[in-house]
Amino acid sequence: MKITFPHMGNIYVPLKTLFESLGCEVILPPPCTKKTLELGVANSPEFACLPLKINIGNFIEAIERGADTIVMAGGVGPCRFGYYGEVQKEILRDLGYDVEMIILEPPRGNFLDLINKIKLITTQNNKTIKDLVRALRFAWKKALLLDNIEKQSSKLRPREIEKGQTDKVYNSLVKRILDVKDETELETLKEEISKAFSKIRVLKNKTPVKVGIVGEIYTVLEPFVNLNIEKQLGELGVEVHRNIYITDWVRENLLPSFLKPKDCKNILKLAEPYINCFVGGHGQESIAQIVNFSKKGFDGVIHLLPFTCMPEIVAKSAIPRVSQKFKIPVMTIVLDEHSAEAGFRTRLEAFIDMICHSKEVKNIAVLSGN
Amino acid sequence: MRIGIPRALFYYQYFPFWKNFFEQLGLEVVLSSPTNKEILKQGLEFCVDDACLPIKIFHGHVADLIGKVDMIYIPRIISIEPKEYICPKFLGLPDMIRNSISNIPHIVDTELNLYKGKNHILDHILNLGKILNIHQTRILFAYFKAIKAQRQFEKLMIEKFVTPQDIIDKRLTFIENQTFKKRRNNIKVLLLGHNYNIYDDYISMGLIRKLRKHNIDLITCEMVTKSQIKEGNKKLSKDLFWTLGKKTTGTAYYFLEHKKVDGIIHVASFGCGPDSLVGELIEKRAKLEYKIPFLYLNLDEHAGEAGFDTRLEAFLDVLEGRKHIEDNISTYG
Repeated sequence: MKITFPHMGNIYVPLKTLFESLGCEVILPPPCTKKTLELGVANSPEFACLPLKINIGNFIEAIERGADTIVMAGGVGPCRFGYYGEVQKEILRDLGYDVEMIILEPPRGNFLDLINKIKLITTQNNKTIKDLVRALRFAWKKALLLDNIEKQSSKLRPREIEKGQTDKVYNSLVKRILDVKDETELETLKEEISKAFSKIRVLKNKTPVKVGIVGEIYTVLEPFVNLNIEKQLGELGVEVHRNIYITDWVRENLLPSFLKPKDCKNILKLAEPYINCFVGGHGQESIAQIVNFSKKGFDGVIHLLPFTCMPEIVAKSAIPRVSQKFKIPVMTIVLDEHSAEAGFRTRLEAFIDMICHSKEVKNIAVLSGN
Repeated sequence: MRIGIPRALFYYQYFPFWKNFFEQLGLEVVLSSPTNKEILKQGLEFCVDDACLPIKIFHGHVADLIGKVDMIYIPRIISIEPKEYICPKFLGLPDMIRNSISNIPHIVDTELNLYKGKNHILDHILNLGKILNIHQTRILFAYFKAIKAQRQFEKLMIEKFVTPQDIIDKRLTFIENQTFKKRRNNIKVLLLGHNYNIYDDYISMGLIRKLRKHNIDLITCEMVTKSQIKEGNKKLSKDLFWTLGKKTTGTAYYFLEHKKVDGIIHVASFGCGPDSLVGELIEKRAKLEYKIPFLYLNLDEHAGEAGFDTRLEAFLDVLEGRKHIEDNISTYG
């Protein structure tokens, strides 16, 4: 059994570790490229949202490299993502690919179903539940490390003296984390990480503009889709914080409710005057996080969504009011297969210029005593 | 007290219930004008530009009611069938309206959530009573009256193969004559799509009118019984979680399987999330497995009627041609 799964940012690192610890062979789809997108767009329904198309591209590329089993997540709606797996299964079948698709549905009162599907993967390799727990723990630790280096590098990027150094270090570290085969090695790796980051020379007393990124999870996490927004903003001298990191997402969505972090419910309360109920996906969270970012003193927020994303459209309708009330500039960027780098960059630059300008005006006002 | 109901979205599904319910309670029900250019224009102005056409039109209808009513009924419809949802935009509809239109009258946005069971309709009804400050027994009495009218309405559509608009506009003689005679050799077309798109004469550019003018026998999701939809949906490997999408696939698969239609027209609004996947599933089946002609009509605010008509006529010609060939095949081989 050669397993593959779709890309979403760095999530391939913990997933690969998880399946390999369970004794499966993993075939990673090559990183998303223009070709992935083209393959996806050519073979997907025209009006499906972008993640579905790129998934299809990933699958085809992985199948061509020899994968025969696809692991995909399911869902119960109302966001379209919950039905991705079924549609993708049909598309691949019609294209003539002979692959097994394992769709992991969230347990809706039927926990056995999920266990059985996981068993489908584990029992073939004579693994027990104990092995599964061990594999999960190993993958989780890797995910924590990844989030850690992502957060650190987004802090360093705007402050670095030699441009591009952070990215170099970051990329090599991701590779190192991916290659670690044993849980005990992670401790030494931790030291290595802090050493590598401390080597980057930075401007210590610079206070960069702080921008938060909110929106639909796939567009926020996958750099190919969001045209590497974190890196681009870093180059513009902006410190970037996301509202979603993989480990937070797992904590909030996959853990049973009594284990969930408490603040996740409290944060959603912030959105209630604007969006009063769950609208699927991350619609309500996006609004809550905009409010949260403004309370934390951020200078601006960028809201990302794939074209026709239903929950985020609801969120978008609330943004003008939120932005006005909390006096925080918010820019919405809609991403699809036609997103082009130059126009995107211009918009980012204009947005950042505007933030810097209004900051300057404020500072002058403070200095002159007005 | 005048309560306004926008003539859009779930108006086409629940109007008889709403009308009877509120009138029983002594409220005056005011409908917005039928969709027209002005409403569309206002909708485009107020609504976020990424939303789909029916949501934009809904904004226009709400704007149309301003100044005519004391309150507007925009229920927060989360779920109308157990374990299913409506599109996320319905979930946030009252919020969208509040965020986009200023100076609106009071919005009655009671939650309607049947996700955990059909009897939760009573929560909705009783909460409405609290907001309107009306005693429980009167509310329940009105509810029973209204549900009776609603059932009658739904039954009539299935029995007589008529559209909601035929009933609401009281086209009585038409309904009387509209009995499907089996010997009739008209072309049968399955018209799929969300009810708020296909029955809105302005949005759908008179699609139903035009089809009827061509003497086409129409079947829509509203004219199909629940058991038929259930039977059709057995072909899905995973249950859909959108009520409207499920109705569409169930109807389509049922008729495809029983080979009872000559062609399928699927009407969807540009950017409709559920339909982007549902439509794909149906279109693939219709074309690959059953070889039944399939026309996909996409609606948005820029649609031109001439192009729309041309496509429709071409499609009908195809159906006509196929029928003709079929009829001419000799029974002796």
